[in-house]
Amino acid sequence: MARFLIRRLLNMIPLIIGITFISFLAMSLVPGDYLSNLKMNPRISPEIIHQLQAQFGLDKPLLVRYVKWLWGVIHLDFGYSLQYRVSVTSLIAARAFNTVILAVASMVFAWILAIPIGIVVALRQNSIWDRILSFLAFLGMSVPNFFLAFLMVYFAMWMGKDWLPPGGTFSVDYNSLTLMNRIADRINHLILPVFVLGVAGMAGLMRLMRSQILEIKNSEFVRTARAKGLPERVVIYKHVLRNALNPFITMAGYSLGDLLGGAALVEAVMNLQGLGLLLLNAVRSLDIYLVMGSVLIGTMLLLVGNLLADIALVAVDPRVDFSSMASQ
Amino acid sequence: MSAPVTTLPRLQAAAVAGPIRGGLAREWRLASRTVRASVICLVVFYLFAAFSPFFAPYDPIYQNRSMPDCPPMRLHLSAPSQWGYGVFWTYPLHMVDAEERSYAPDRNHRIYIHLFSRGHLFTTDSEQAPFYLMGSDGLGRDLFSRIVYGARVSMCVGLIGVLISFSLGIAVGALSGYVGGLTDNLIMRWSEIEMSLPSFYFLLALAAVIPPGISAAQRFLLIVAIMSFISWAGLARVIRGMSSSVRSLPYVEAGRALGGSRWRIITRHVIPSVLGYAIVAATLSIPGFILGESALSLLGLGIQEPTPSWGNLLSQAEDPQNLVRYPWILIPGIFIFLTVMAFNFLGDHLRDRLDPSSSF
Repeated sequence: MARFLIRRLLNMIPLIIGITFISFLAMSLVPGDYLSNLKMNPRISPEIIHQLQAQFGLDKPLLVRYVKWLWGVIHLDFGYSLQYRVSVTSLIAARAFNTVILAVASMVFAWILAIPIGIVVALRQNSIWDRILSFLAFLGMSVPNFFLAFLMVYFAMWMGKDWLPPGGTFSVDYNSLTLMNRIADRINHLILPVFVLGVAGMAGLMRLMRSQILEIKNSEFVRTARAKGLPERVVIYKHVLRNALNPFITMAGYSLGDLLGGAALVEAVMNLQGLGLLLLNAVRSLDIYLVMGSVLIGTMLLLVGNLLADIALVAVDPRVDFSSMASQ
Repeated sequence: MSAPVTTLPRLQAAAVAGPIRGGLAREWRLASRTVRASVICLVVFYLFAAFSPFFAPYDPIYQNRSMPDCPPMRLHLSAPSQWGYGVFWTYPLHMVDAEERSYAPDRNHRIYIHLFSRGHLFTTDSEQAPFYLMGSDGLGRDLFSRIVYGARVSMCVGLIGVLISFSLGIAVGALSGYVGGLTDNLIMRWSEIEMSLPSFYFLLALAAVIPPGISAAQRFLLIVAIMSFISWAGLARVIRGMSSSVRSLPYVEAGRALGGSRWRIITRHVIPSVLGYAIVAATLSIPGFILGESALSLLGLGIQEPTPSWGNLLSQAEDPQNLVRYPWILIPGIFIFLTVMAFNFLGDHLRDRLDPSSSF
């Protein structure tokens, strides 16, 4: 296990360098930078602009800036946000927390519903329930995240503000609440975003579960299990389900990327203060270090998620072990 | 010319070309109702894109300043004696409260709607007395006309994107599988980098590169290029894996043993067996492009005003107040939804027809 972990972590290094360098290059290709707006302002003298340029290192060549930034990242210093005038690290920490909560909650929501529905639907193949739920899954897969988010905002506004908040991370009077009320307030604000993000994931997972079970149900080891007289319940739970869950875990790891992207959109529509919205604002105002920090943290979340999924797969599937994974 | 005749290639050809050979009429009969509806839906949207000036009743950027945020108007059928004026008519709407932007019908007048008139499918005598099938936006532009013109962007982005990413994916995948060695290794590591990207974050960061001053067409192409750049890698990996596995399949070896030339084996055996998968994958990857463009345009980083796209038409809904007062501004979202769903249904159906080996 230790060898596997070290190998995977070492593999991440070129990956992260590659991704951050491309983003860095892209951001420097943009005509103008954060200071171009200030330059337009006649009340700010050229000396101050120069001073700011030197302070943020915007006058240095690209590679120097990149290496400097990377060196800072190693020391957990992600640079300075030109827009918010605080260190990127402190900004990102709070926002990433919100995004992780949103992503994890919607994943749990999707799993809790997708697995049992997928099982029921597969065991009653071609029944009316199978048809209805499969069709609904198709709808859920096809509805764009942002469109569903708009619909939910509309729904919340239509229901009135006493029911569910149509957007935001917490209420205006959040700071005056007690701890329990704060948590309740947060959860209240998360219900709609989690629903929106969960629906898309749930639909895909349900279809995967259904096709997995249908495939495994007809395999030979299941027939053997039946032939040796196991009760149907044991056949389903011990043989069919356990095998059907494996691709699920792999898929969960890889669906993290979609989840982060979807979360960014939902955050933008519902004004949830997460990593995606932070990145969006940073991109809009060409706040280069904030963009870099957000992309980096997003990538790390994804990589760590994939790693966790692989470890979980080893734990669940005895046919897979760390040595076979490392050699892949 | 003719290869040594055995039953093996013929069986193989029948298995591969079977679904296509029956012709389109047979395919249509075999398709389920949902698939037929999807195809019709897509054909209509592509017609929108191809003949926007005909389907759109008005100029998509003409601003009727006296009618911003006008609700969709109700269509009435004329009495047969009035059909000389127009088969359909509507009451003109007048703004009663400029603050609330509420409208009331003027029941003393009628606006007649002319079919196939002045080069439009339907239109009224003037843009001053319009018929807003789906309402108007905040600047008094006809939403339906903007949706029809927006189909140009939203429907083309998928096709062009798939074209680019597939030619890249197939070329690189085939090269990687064929050359092998260090090249193969480097290309595959690179594709791994691209696949483990948080693609939407990356898309956002790259979209900032697009300079503000360029034309709508250039902007469109840049957006498609960026999205293709992000999405070709997964395909290249699969094509590489498939072409190398097909190469050693018994029927390909049989073809080789029978003296088939390399060209013949590639065109008659390898490509057909990969093609089914490629068509399915292409159909199923189109929604990703459409959604990517819509999301970027919605966030203001994609297609810019006044050029309409289904994504940037939705950006008015970002203000919840607008959403509640003028819910018809969500209609473009329904078009995106229908398109994505149609491609999903079609792709699913094609997978059953062309690629029976995969169940999911």
